[in-house]
Amino acid sequence: MKRLVNLSPSRPWALLLGLIPLALVLALYLAGSDARLTENPNDKLLPSLEQMSSALDRMALQPSKRSGEYLFWTDTAASLQRLGLGIGIAAIIGLLIGLLTGALPAVNVALSPLLTVFSLVPPLALLPILFIVFGLDELSKVVLIVIGVAPFIARDLQKHTLEMPREQLVKAQTLGANSMQILFRVLLPQIMPRLIDAVRLSLGTGWLFLIAAEAIAATDGLGYRIFLVRRYLSMDVIIPYVAWITLLAFLLDMALAWLSRRLYPWHHKGAAS
Amino acid sequence: MIEAQNLWKHYGDHVVLERINLKVREGEFITMVGTSGCGKSTFLKLLLGTEGATRGTLTLDGNPVPDEPGLDRGIVFQQYSVFPHLTVLENVTIARAFEHSPLLGRLFGSAKRQAEDEAREMLASVGLASAEKRYPHELSGGMRQRLAIAQALIRKPRILLLDEPFGALDPGIRADMQELVLSLWRKHKLTVFMVTHDIKEGFYLGTRLWVFDKTRYDPQAPHAYGATITYDLPVGHMDRALYEEIDDRLHPVPA
Repeated sequence: MKRLVNLSPSRPWALLLGLIPLALVLALYLAGSDARLTENPNDKLLPSLEQMSSALDRMALQPSKRSGEYLFWTDTAASLQRLGLGIGIAAIIGLLIGLLTGALPAVNVALSPLLTVFSLVPPLALLPILFIVFGLDELSKVVLIVIGVAPFIARDLQKHTLEMPREQLVKAQTLGANSMQILFRVLLPQIMPRLIDAVRLSLGTGWLFLIAAEAIAATDGLGYRIFLVRRYLSMDVIIPYVAWITLLAFLLDMALAWLSRRLYPWHHKGAAS
Repeated sequence: MIEAQNLWKHYGDHVVLERINLKVREGEFITMVGTSGCGKSTFLKLLLGTEGATRGTLTLDGNPVPDEPGLDRGIVFQQYSVFPHLTVLENVTIARAFEHSPLLGRLFGSAKRQAEDEAREMLASVGLASAEKRYPHELSGGMRQRLAIAQALIRKPRILLLDEPFGALDPGIRADMQELVLSLWRKHKLTVFMVTHDIKEGFYLGTRLWVFDKTRYDPQAPHAYGATITYDLPVGHMDRALYEEIDDRLHPVPA
């Protein structure tokens, strides 16, 4: 018998062992739901799969009686637009600040204290200010995501830019490169896969700020819907929505990982030198 | 060509180099040896321009060595010398792109083809003709250093600085690389400064050997005195065959 630390399961076993805990959680939920529903068919806390699928059918496949919209899809579109805009703008700002502060000592000296202070401000505490300044519309929600995520991306990219081997910068200079060329041909391409990594890591935070902003002031969106139907204890809507958000987050993460491997193969194959 | 007068280098209280006086003529091939931390790499940095002298002068053609790296001084480091995000060919053409495209650093059309032809020629001369589409991580350590050398030479520097370029290579590959450097040195009429920790390599390559060492040492304050050049020996360049003959005679391989 090998030591446990040396025992790594083969592929089919790994798959099976990974699925068991998930199946167990599902089975526990179904058993609990069944038990509560036999005791009280009107129980709302642990809806059965049928109840959830009929709720989803109502939200996704039938037009709303009040507005005629397919709520599930308008919520999804509204949330994804806010998240996409917020993360996209944060990525651009983060890239600019991170790259410039990392590459140019003069910019670093000027911006670093501001960046440090800014990244320590809890973004949710700024939400009231954002609502006051930018109104309750889309802008304040997007700005919240930007403020919440951009400092993290900027600091992460700054760190990676500073960690770039000095040898490469010296080499570029001996080949006659000016500062612009070093920025665009040496540093930027090598920082791009790091940007994708940083965006992947910050998507979770992005969702957090999105749902928080939607919960407080919105008229559509996944977060808005969850907090709206909470008033009626509509677990049959909340649980599928949460599952859907999780799936979306998973797909976004996968897509970014694929994009990074596709665009920057040299980054993923252990480019050590 | 290069002259140092009473050159000192300190980092705070830590004296690394002291009282360095030397003259180097164009076309010399200088190897520098010494224990680790003896300042030979620091001297290379002074030549490169990434470090400045604390006292004394280091001049190139009578003018102080510029205080940042430039075109006239090419460099090959032990590692991280090539750009991991560019193919072998791009790693060489990028030098021409830096020259002709000051804003974007990119070449297009005929300028690009011309740079590529030139780069292929250079790659062929270092033995990398068949690898032009590969990325550095797909190359062996020796091939990567060949690429670094091709890249360093494409803009025709007068001086080539080598910082333990073969330190991480296997002995067999190292011998090939030494041959390569020697042939390129003759072909391009370079002045070469090479740091090595392998004294044999120092004796075998080049025309002149410098040994860096401390002449004064205070055990209570080990950093109070720096290293200087203790030996400055002319080295007659030997044929590889002759060298091996002598080496075999000195260290016979048991049958």
